[in-house]
Amino acid sequence: MNTLPSHAVPADPNRRAFLRTATLAGGGLLLGCYLAPLASAAPIVDVPQRRKPDEFVPNAFIRIAATGVVTLVSKQPETGQGIKTALPMVLAEELEVDWRDVVIVQGDLDPVYGRQIAGGSTSTPVNYENFRRLGATARTMLLQAAAEIWQVAEGECVATLGTIVHRPSGRTLGYGALASKAAERPVPDATKVVLKTAKDFALMGRRIGGVDNAAIVAGEALFGIDVRLPGMRYAVYEKCPVFGGTVVSANLDLVRALPGVLDAFIIAGTDDLTGLMPGVAIVAESTWAAFSARKQLRVVWDEGKYANDDWRGFIAQAEALADAPGATRLRDDGDIAAGMAAAARTVEASYRYPFIAHACLEPQNCTAWFKPDGSLEIWAPTQNPAAGQTLVTAVLGIPKEKITLHLIRSGGGFGRRLSADYIAEAAAIAQRVSAPVKLTWSREDDMRHDHYRPGGFHFLRVGLDAKGRVVAWRDHFVTFANARTRNGKTELRPGSGGHLSPDEFPGRWIDHCRMEETALDCGIPMGPWRAPGANAFAWVFQSFIDELAHAAGQDPLAYSLALLNRRPNATGYDVGRMTRLLAHVADKAAWGKKKFPRGQGAGIAFHYCHRGYVAQVAEVSVAPHGALKVDRVVVAVDIGAQIINLSGAEAQVEGSVIDGLSVLAQQELDIRQGRIVQGNFGDYPLAGIADRPTAIEIHFLQTDNPVTGLGEPVLPPLAPAVCNAIFAATGVRIRQLPLTQTSLRWA
Amino acid sequence: MGIFTLVINGARHDVDVAPETPLLWVLRDTLGLVGTKFGCGIGECGACIVHLDDVPAKSCRTTVASVGKRRVTTIEGLGQPTRHPLQQAWVELDVPQCGFCQPGQLMSAAALLRENPQPTDKDIEEALAGNLCRCGTYPRIVAGVHRAAEIAAATPAGKKERT
Repeated sequence: MNTLPSHAVPADPNRRAFLRTATLAGGGLLLGCYLAPLASAAPIVDVPQRRKPDEFVPNAFIRIAATGVVTLVSKQPETGQGIKTALPMVLAEELEVDWRDVVIVQGDLDPVYGRQIAGGSTSTPVNYENFRRLGATARTMLLQAAAEIWQVAEGECVATLGTIVHRPSGRTLGYGALASKAAERPVPDATKVVLKTAKDFALMGRRIGGVDNAAIVAGEALFGIDVRLPGMRYAVYEKCPVFGGTVVSANLDLVRALPGVLDAFIIAGTDDLTGLMPGVAIVAESTWAAFSARKQLRVVWDEGKYANDDWRGFIAQAEALADAPGATRLRDDGDIAAGMAAAARTVEASYRYPFIAHACLEPQNCTAWFKPDGSLEIWAPTQNPAAGQTLVTAVLGIPKEKITLHLIRSGGGFGRRLSADYIAEAAAIAQRVSAPVKLTWSREDDMRHDHYRPGGFHFLRVGLDAKGRVVAWRDHFVTFANARTRNGKTELRPGSGGHLSPDEFPGRWIDHCRMEETALDCGIPMGPWRAPGANAFAWVFQSFIDELAHAAGQDPLAYSLALLNRRPNATGYDVGRMTRLLAHVADKAAWGKKKFPRGQGAGIAFHYCHRGYVAQVAEVSVAPHGALKVDRVVVAVDIGAQIINLSGAEAQVEGSVIDGLSVLAQQELDIRQGRIVQGNFGDYPLAGIADRPTAIEIHFLQTDNPVTGLGEPVLPPLAPAVCNAIFAATGVRIRQLPLTQTSLRWA
Repeated sequence: MGIFTLVINGARHDVDVAPETPLLWVLRDTLGLVGTKFGCGIGECGACIVHLDDVPAKSCRTTVASVGKRRVTTIEGLGQPTRHPLQQAWVELDVPQCGFCQPGQLMSAAALLRENPQPTDKDIEEALAGNLCRCGTYPRIVAGVHRAAEIAAATPAGKKERT
């Protein structure tokens, strides 16, 4: 066993700074996501046991057969973010193999691979450097093997496209021919191997198609919901429509007698709102038999203590708190009262956004097989397989070592599949069935039993001086929390994305600044939704700063730049990077140089999150009666020194823009009597093909900064850029989401 | 239950299922043709679109009894015997992200191209209005349909794929 020492992960001041921010923010899952990889920086150069004699298996991710076939393991969960293509590209680049000759296989959950979580845009930053070193280590061993065979100096040999070439003589040996010899060599110190220089990259930075594309377009079985096993049963699981409700009784005998039904039973579950909730399982011969039987299922529920949760009630509670002191003071710089008193004028606004669902197009599902020897095999479309294993162990008592978990491609994730509730449900059902069983959620299950992006309210009051500069800033953020009782003490923990960091821009940039937070107790389960926190905070603060710029009679870009550059050395926020990015996006969008007629306009917004810097300019047209069309979105992105897969990166930007627009335009959940009202795409619409912006222009600024991920940081600035453009076009300011709350009619 | 004879992708299948069973679940569970996806169950998302006699149909809202003698084409049959120009274009332009909606997108697009070999953006928007994509691949879907139209136009008529 030869493991990379922790210093192999390059010291990165920004990342450390981010860590500090995350610690202060204390957001449970987010924190876990970031701390884990940095504390135990990958197992990495680990030779697995299963190796044929003539194979070269320098580590857990690379396998070169005597035939020359190069197999690369993708260890990360694939949800459409393209990591199954991107990380193997990193290996292949340093290994010097022809991409067309590479076979990529999905790794199961296995400690040899280290951390396997697709969340927080961490797959790239956590693995990029290590994967380069893994590829380079293997290449070095192949070079050494060839030099030894030829009895020449290693320095006379070069690796290219799966072949080692002896330059002076022109002799060549393919990797397959070298495999057994390379396998005999000691694994070199991964921290000392020579990495390629960026100018020599043959693969990274190019547009490479997704490795599963051919299978996707042919309709092959790829997704969790496509899993089929001999003798497999099909299950549905009904939970209480009020979160946390428990089963009193159910007409199980009637259901068991229905056509195709094999069994029906109650699962007691736990009181963990994001864990294994109580419910009734129906196991049948087909999905349709299970769905049909469910229509006859009658359950008497004890709805528990959250049956009065109500969205309009929450709005009233929040509004009553607008001027009250917050339960927690996140930040209190200077003297807020004196700052307000000295201001030439004050500006007030309240912003509100709803709970939203993930609405992955593939409903939650999982297949599990509990075997007579007490072991459990799981096939899960998941972003976080270890969480599935951990939850199953916790709620069912199946030891970790008896659980095998296969990572299956997910039909979208967006954070939903970081949770493991559906995995635990499948496992709990499987424990009662002596056959493999596939649990399939209906769309309504998926929408009404999500772990939601929390709604929120910001009550903002700002003091401006005579020149329009912000001198005092007060925000009372009213958010949502689930009460948890531990050791007899009950605490309110805001949901994922429901806690505001005291370092959130522009808090630290203002002399007299008070940020407060109050959480409303609710039973709504919450979980990470693409760019947690940022997806709402960017909209609030970037919209409000635009309001302030207009109040001050100044150009929003100039106003933002002036504010940002008051604190050029903000810890964990590279003001220089953002400033350059803003200049870049303004240049590309010809900001301030275009004359728009009434009903058209441009808006600008920027945000830093998940280690990525993004600035956007949106141009919109609003018809006199209020119909909105986004004409153009110009996106400037700085995620460091290297784009791994340009096509995948552009796809993430395009997708984030459209996803951001989809949420902004139409998505909201209503809560009545503790239940989520919306259930399907008819009342929870996604953007359609005609809603896409006419043009999305993407500019990557490659800067001398650590390479990082792109699943999240582009989404947050989209909504404020569009809302600011709507204001420019119509004079209508959007302070509530989604847009359907506000008439955009301007004539 | 009843025996229904279906002609799917050119092959005959006798299935013994309840008459109200949606074609979607016959394809997926009974026949193992899982390329046709379940997304919403109420005809709102388009992931389940197949062709019945070359006309797009939402298989989650089509009972097996209502199929009758109509030929069923699923995503598995779209590229037979050779890959459909849309499938080529989708790979060439790297259209999919998660890929879950793409079989439905492709089936809608294939029906469009059959009727209208050179569609405009607006034609594409209309034909694919019922296909949702949560990942936001729409710009590439539009580009992909145009690219497929080009590929098809450049393919000699005799070699054109059946849809």
